[in-house]
Amino acid sequence: MTSITTEVPSGAPVRTRGARRRVTPSRVLFFVSFLGLPLLLYVVIVVWPIAQAIYYSLTDWRGLGAAPEFIGLANYARLFQDPTFLKALTNNLILMVALPTVVIVLAFALAILVTVGGSTRGEIRGVRGANFFRMVSFFPYVIPAVVVGILFAFIYSPNGGLLNGTLGLIGLDPGIAWLGDPNFALIAVGLAVVWNLLGFYMVLFVAAIHSVPAEIVEAARLDGCGRLRLSVQVILPMIRENVSTAAVYMGIVALDMFVYIQVMTPNGGTAKSTEVISRYLYQTAFFDSRFGLASAMGVVLALVTMLMAVIVLFGFRRKDV
Amino acid sequence: MATTSPDSQSATTAAPTRDGAGASGRREGRARSRASGGDRTFGVLANVVLTLWALLVILPLLWTFYSSFKNSREILLSPFSLPEKLNVDNFVNAWTEAGIGRFFGNTLIVVGGALLLVMLLGAMCAYVLARYTFPGRQLIYYGLIAGLTFPLFLAVVPLFFVLESMGLRNTYLGLILAYAGFALPFTVFFLYAFFRQLPEEIAEAAAIDGAGDFRTFFQVMVPMALPGLASVTIFNFLGLWNQFLLPVVLNTDQSKFVLAQGLANMQAQQGYQSDWGAMFAAVTITILPVLVVYAFFQRQLQGGVGRSTNK
Repeated sequence: MTSITTEVPSGAPVRTRGARRRVTPSRVLFFVSFLGLPLLLYVVIVVWPIAQAIYYSLTDWRGLGAAPEFIGLANYARLFQDPTFLKALTNNLILMVALPTVVIVLAFALAILVTVGGSTRGEIRGVRGANFFRMVSFFPYVIPAVVVGILFAFIYSPNGGLLNGTLGLIGLDPGIAWLGDPNFALIAVGLAVVWNLLGFYMVLFVAAIHSVPAEIVEAARLDGCGRLRLSVQVILPMIRENVSTAAVYMGIVALDMFVYIQVMTPNGGTAKSTEVISRYLYQTAFFDSRFGLASAMGVVLALVTMLMAVIVLFGFRRKDV
Repeated sequence: MATTSPDSQSATTAAPTRDGAGASGRREGRARSRASGGDRTFGVLANVVLTLWALLVILPLLWTFYSSFKNSREILLSPFSLPEKLNVDNFVNAWTEAGIGRFFGNTLIVVGGALLLVMLLGAMCAYVLARYTFPGRQLIYYGLIAGLTFPLFLAVVPLFFVLESMGLRNTYLGLILAYAGFALPFTVFFLYAFFRQLPEEIAEAAAIDGAGDFRTFFQVMVPMALPGLASVTIFNFLGLWNQFLLPVVLNTDQSKFVLAQGLANMQAQQGYQSDWGAMFAAVTITILPVLVVYAFFQRQLQGGVGRSTNK
């Protein structure tokens, strides 16, 4: 397995010999093109706009015509008194807790079933057809989120939708418009996301479980450890790092949600029941032209995202000690 | 599907030993037979749950696929019935009238261009960062990695005006640059690791043979890094094909819509003119190519998941 770390490994081969350090015109051209071009793109497209957004969030900027006026933290004060923004923030926070929890629990359970679910005596082995299950599970992940949104809009539709149709087969058609009903809409959208992404995390966990040393699993089995205990008390702690990575990825998805919400419940759903910050930001900027206010929402979203990542990574790392 | 899977490779050698151990003592033997009863239940449970999940994945897709041959009336009245006749009108409508064909072409241009650009720039940048020492190297590396943690939403409002001021809004080039810019941190992050692992001796040999920096990169290093480049390309392809916020904000000219945008737009208009059949057909048209690509590349994809996240 290739190990990828964020630190620069100190022992890795790096050219340091004097002969290679000579500055020649060709070498200058090499550095300018190989380092300069990518960094130019990165600064113009990513860094500069982010820096501008932070500045605009402190202004009342409303478009190209008027010059932005500095108003300090007024946008932020305004956001936290705006009921729609608070609703959006609440929805994001609910999703941020619920989505990673549901996805990780289900993905881990499926990964365990695939890797240690084989019905054999004694030794642990994967279920028959494990490759088939893995392949099918991963497939939704490669379907674009927009298409998943549309697909689930079909499924949840009160007119000829798959869900009510299936419930109708057993005489239980509730006639509910799942995406239109404020009680169900957020859950319905969340389940579509679970369907879309579950397979990715399952495959991630399957790979992690395979990297658990076989001797440890053996030893636990010899000690009379059942498969449930083996999974939760032996395997789970050993793949803790993958679980924390998964939690951060899913948390980022839950704090975004733009595509799913925009496609399944345009305008944030009935009575703003599925409003999220990303969609509200989009509307505030590109329909209401309140660019300063929208930038402030972006900053809040970025801060929440980073806080979440730090808490998850720090929380999981601490148990290593 | 009953082939021996790599999943079963874990612990085959220990079985005989354990049988011997089990036979040697009654207490241990009893414990083992109780465990194997539980194991059987676990095995049955595993198959039932996995089969249910597989059906949850497959059935909606199958339903979409055959519904795309039905007309809107059939879809609304009897959601489960098979189409009365195989009628491809929906596909024709979706491809031409709804403009899916055009959106498809636009997506190929934008995603293809961005993929080429980001892989080239990403590989160049990762190579220099991984194999040369110079002042500010770490700063640049961490500056790029930081880009992975900022949400797109933070940048998207000013980016709109940046492209506007360069006259690149509603152009293919503008979209390509934006796609490539935001895919760059991910690309550099993963390729950096690949370039660091390449053996130093070969680069040295190339230098002794008189190859300059450019030739060493394009003719020696890139071919050696091909496996890494391939898997990053696949993941970038999926990410860019999936991109939605950037085109929605930066590309409001309907003739330049990408597929994701066009589909969302079509869906938004469903309330007024409900051609459900064409909608199902459009979804099928989008899913089928992905299914084919997936069938070919699923080994690399799943291998990539393991490789990129196993620490």
